[in-house]
Amino acid sequence: MNVLELSAVHRIHGHGDTAVAAVRGIDLFVRPGELVAVMGPSGSGKSTVLNLAGGLDAPTRGEVRVEGRHLAQLSRTQLAELRRQRIGYVFQNFNLLPSLTAAENVALPLELDGMSPRRSRRLALAALAEVDLSGIGSRFPNQMSGGQQQRVAIARALVGERRLVLADEPTGALDSQTGEAVLELLRTRVDKGAAGLLVTHDSRHAGWADRVVFLRDGVVVDATSPLSRPESLLEPRA
Amino acid sequence: MSIRHGLLALLESGPRHGYQLRAGFEEATGATWPLNIGQVYTTLTRLERDGLVEALPENDGGQRPYRITERGRDEVALWFRTAVGRSERPRDELAIKLSLALVTPGVNVTEVVQRQRTATVRTMQEYTRLKRAEADLPSLLVVDALIFQAEAEIRWLDHCEATILRRRRTTSSKDRSTDSSATTAEGLVP
Repeated sequence: MNVLELSAVHRIHGHGDTAVAAVRGIDLFVRPGELVAVMGPSGSGKSTVLNLAGGLDAPTRGEVRVEGRHLAQLSRTQLAELRRQRIGYVFQNFNLLPSLTAAENVALPLELDGMSPRRSRRLALAALAEVDLSGIGSRFPNQMSGGQQQRVAIARALVGERRLVLADEPTGALDSQTGEAVLELLRTRVDKGAAGLLVTHDSRHAGWADRVVFLRDGVVVDATSPLSRPESLLEPRA
Repeated sequence: MSIRHGLLALLESGPRHGYQLRAGFEEATGATWPLNIGQVYTTLTRLERDGLVEALPENDGGQRPYRITERGRDEVALWFRTAVGRSERPRDELAIKLSLALVTPGVNVTEVVQRQRTATVRTMQEYTRLKRAEADLPSLLVVDALIFQAEAEIRWLDHCEATILRRRRTTSSKDRSTDSSATTAEGLVP
């Protein structure tokens, strides 16, 4: 089953003459273990797609389903619960809470969900270890490098039962090497069965995806075909 | 470049026969530049003719190893000392294609740009996959070079597209102002 599915989704801001269509009839799906990148110029609707996928915004028309659940049919409480339990977000500017340590930042969504502090801390430390950050759980964001902060954000996005990770230009201001390490980490987590949707303007980052979808003026204009086996690169060229 | 210089450089570390050279070349370039054995032997024949390598007696397996000569070593040293000139690279077919697309009637340039972008991003995905599987440093550098070249091409395509759209907007707004002045002029005519 697709973890994420957008069917004929439209998002129009405003009414009448001043109405602006940010997204016009988009179909998009992401399967478990798949990383899909969305590329397009500014204003093409990339971030709107991500917000719709995460239930942070609702479509004017069309359906958004996460793990088969039609978001528009959920109550506010159910939607909030789904967002907290099943969807992880990685933002350009990390969005860590400065007054909480790395471990507390990662544990926060679990605790908000009613998990005991002890258990959520244990899961948070395991998630930090998985992103190679063992031993820095008690540091505050301002005591970490940008790359470490983004790894904490990824740990937070994938801690617990999260199946869908939404990343909006996740390497933001990181240098090239650190940014690449973040992508590699995201890729590894997706390979373990999560579904990933990555919005980026950087083609080197899109290179980590299984499929790349191109948006322009709120419409999907093209997508890359599925990759063949890597061996095909080794065939002599004609 | 030259397969010629590539093979010569490989012979610096000792005599090798054709199949070993092909394997060495592909290993060093991360298998991104496959050679067929015919190319290897043709190149070796030319190198021998130019006095840069010499053929040794055949081994038991019937394979003939080649050894680099003193002149060959000078050639390799010169190659590494000299920067690769822009004019020595092949002409950029893509740039020529886009400029022709602009002046050829009935061609949608934006589509040509998008088709190329999709193809190059896909190539980027393949290189990235190759890179993930690659642990060997020389090969990794070659794959990275290809990734950065693909990135440059995509950035250039984005730039072309933005430039074309901006020009079109400027031209169409100019056309509009010309149209309105024409209407006014006509209106004045009794």
